[in-house]
Amino acid sequence: MSEPIRQPRRGYSVRSLPGFAVVAVFTFFALYAPILILVAFSFNAGTSLAIWEGFSLRWYAQAAANEAVQEAAVRSLILAGVAASVATVAATMAALATTRTRRFPGRTMIYALINQPLMVPEIVTAVALLIVFAWIKVATGHTSMVYLISAHTAFCIPFAYLPIRARLETMDYTLETAAKDLYASPWKVFSRVTLPLMWPGIIAGYMLAFVISLDDVVITEFVKSAGQETLPTFMLGQLRRVVTPEINAISTIILAAGAILVSLFFWLSRGRR
Amino acid sequence: MESYSETAVEARRISKIFPGETEVRALDDVSVSIHRNEFFTLLGPSGCGKTTLLRVIAGFEPPTMGALFLAGTDISRLPPNQRPVNTVFQNYALFPHMSVANNIAFGLEMLGKPKDEVRKTVDDMLRLVRMEALSARRTSEISGGQQQRVALARALAPHPEVLLLDEPLSALDLKLRKEMQIELKRLQNETGITFIFVTHDQEEALTMSDRVAVMNAGKILQIGSPQEIYQRPAERFVANFIGESNFLDATLSGHTATLKAGGAHEVDPPEGVSDGTVSVLVRPEHASVRVGEPKTNEMAATVETVVYSGEATTLHLRLGTGEALKARLPNSPGGGALPGQGTAASVSIAPGAVTVLKD
Repeated sequence: MSEPIRQPRRGYSVRSLPGFAVVAVFTFFALYAPILILVAFSFNAGTSLAIWEGFSLRWYAQAAANEAVQEAAVRSLILAGVAASVATVAATMAALATTRTRRFPGRTMIYALINQPLMVPEIVTAVALLIVFAWIKVATGHTSMVYLISAHTAFCIPFAYLPIRARLETMDYTLETAAKDLYASPWKVFSRVTLPLMWPGIIAGYMLAFVISLDDVVITEFVKSAGQETLPTFMLGQLRRVVTPEINAISTIILAAGAILVSLFFWLSRGRR
Repeated sequence: MESYSETAVEARRISKIFPGETEVRALDDVSVSIHRNEFFTLLGPSGCGKTTLLRVIAGFEPPTMGALFLAGTDISRLPPNQRPVNTVFQNYALFPHMSVANNIAFGLEMLGKPKDEVRKTVDDMLRLVRMEALSARRTSEISGGQQQRVALARALAPHPEVLLLDEPLSALDLKLRKEMQIELKRLQNETGITFIFVTHDQEEALTMSDRVAVMNAGKILQIGSPQEIYQRPAERFVANFIGESNFLDATLSGHTATLKAGGAHEVDPPEGVSDGTVSVLVRPEHASVRVGEPKTNEMAATVETVVYSGEATTLHLRLGTGEALKARLPNSPGGGALPGQGTAASVSIAPGAVTVLKD
């Protein structure tokens, strides 16, 4: 028996899968090449979107000096901040109610309902909100940011809910039992044990909701009142007229902000147990 | 009968039924009274209800029926945070976001003890479990054995009336487990707190306990000292669960049991067993074997297997009746003559070593 016995391979080896590398390279190219071109041309000195004329920060300067951009950016940040905050509070309570209670009839139903905004096509929600808010606007004459905020809050809730729930599900339930055993009242159990342990999930949920809100075009476009441009809707409006590298510069900034937040999200959701 | 002041915990006819498609009767009319300052062990196979009984005492599960008394007071309806009872959990359940010292301080802080008293008690506890050097560490940065000691210190710090231990040694390796067994005995002596210990490990139960309750299928089968449980088990289940056993058929007449395989033995039958055919227990170490023809009160047997295990040799024998019998013989330094495999032999049983079983 001099022939070595071949060990059965455990699972698949990426190296030995034929064609895997080609598909992987093509996929990453298709995903990131256009974005890289956009980022590169945001630093273009010339006005062309196709011809490289040297490095410059002029479009960033121009974007920063543009009052319409400033106003839209501030509005976007306020909107995302408020909507993500409200959504995170609601999502935290929902996550507690769906994981830290005895099973009750309809719990799975509630879980499905919370996540439903992920399934419903955004355009349908947008049209529905447009109609309902139009009634309210006509009836009350009120046209503040409250419509945008409530719409954004609603679609942010499932995004905040999922990481918080995931965190709660991996948390050892006996820790709360132990706190109770050590004379902690229900409120103390929550404030001293449950909340500190679920905090990374809450932060992750907040950041995800923030990015989703910052990024939204469809619902915002339908719900906003006149003059309530957010950064994405402002950019959409600009593109209808003339495309300048200023758009590239704004896109790059949003991209960077999003990348930082999403990286933080992954880091936190992986973080300490 | 002991007075209330000597009774730490008393369970009166407690049943716990978990509803569902298949209703589970985890505790079935359990009554037990646990003395103050006692090391009491609930022993049984997994699913026998021992952990459920512990959780009922801790207050994590309300009993479906029955009442629970602590030092004479009915605490059946008291939530866990109002019971002067603390638990050492199987997985320790240390708070991962707190240091060792903060874990130990938790119960005292929740009781609203003044700061310097908390600090002093935490220091005492750290010394008691020999963890002074690691007080500032996170609980994820210490070993399993150290986590175990922190869990003990945390549960002992508020000086509860009763300490509940839910298989706390099962995650440790053998050597550490032996050390912790001695450590637990020492802690119980030093603190004078009643310990209720849950385990499925019969050796652990026999080594540490003052009294043991053997449980199966939601019922307590027998309560007694380790010696009583081992030497005079009431039922076949208890005999089988604790130590090695031989079960033989016999005929009981008064205080004499005549084995089917031969030999009459004086016995002390438990209550409720009447004359006639009974099952008796003989521990393997109470049987001795020699080469040669059987004399009076001996049984003829054939040696089927010889198993050497260092300090003893176990002979697997087949009796004339076809019954199997294990005999465990200590190995002497000279190595006395033992019957070899396949040979005929005679088996005798030590006086008083035959125990009549209830079923």
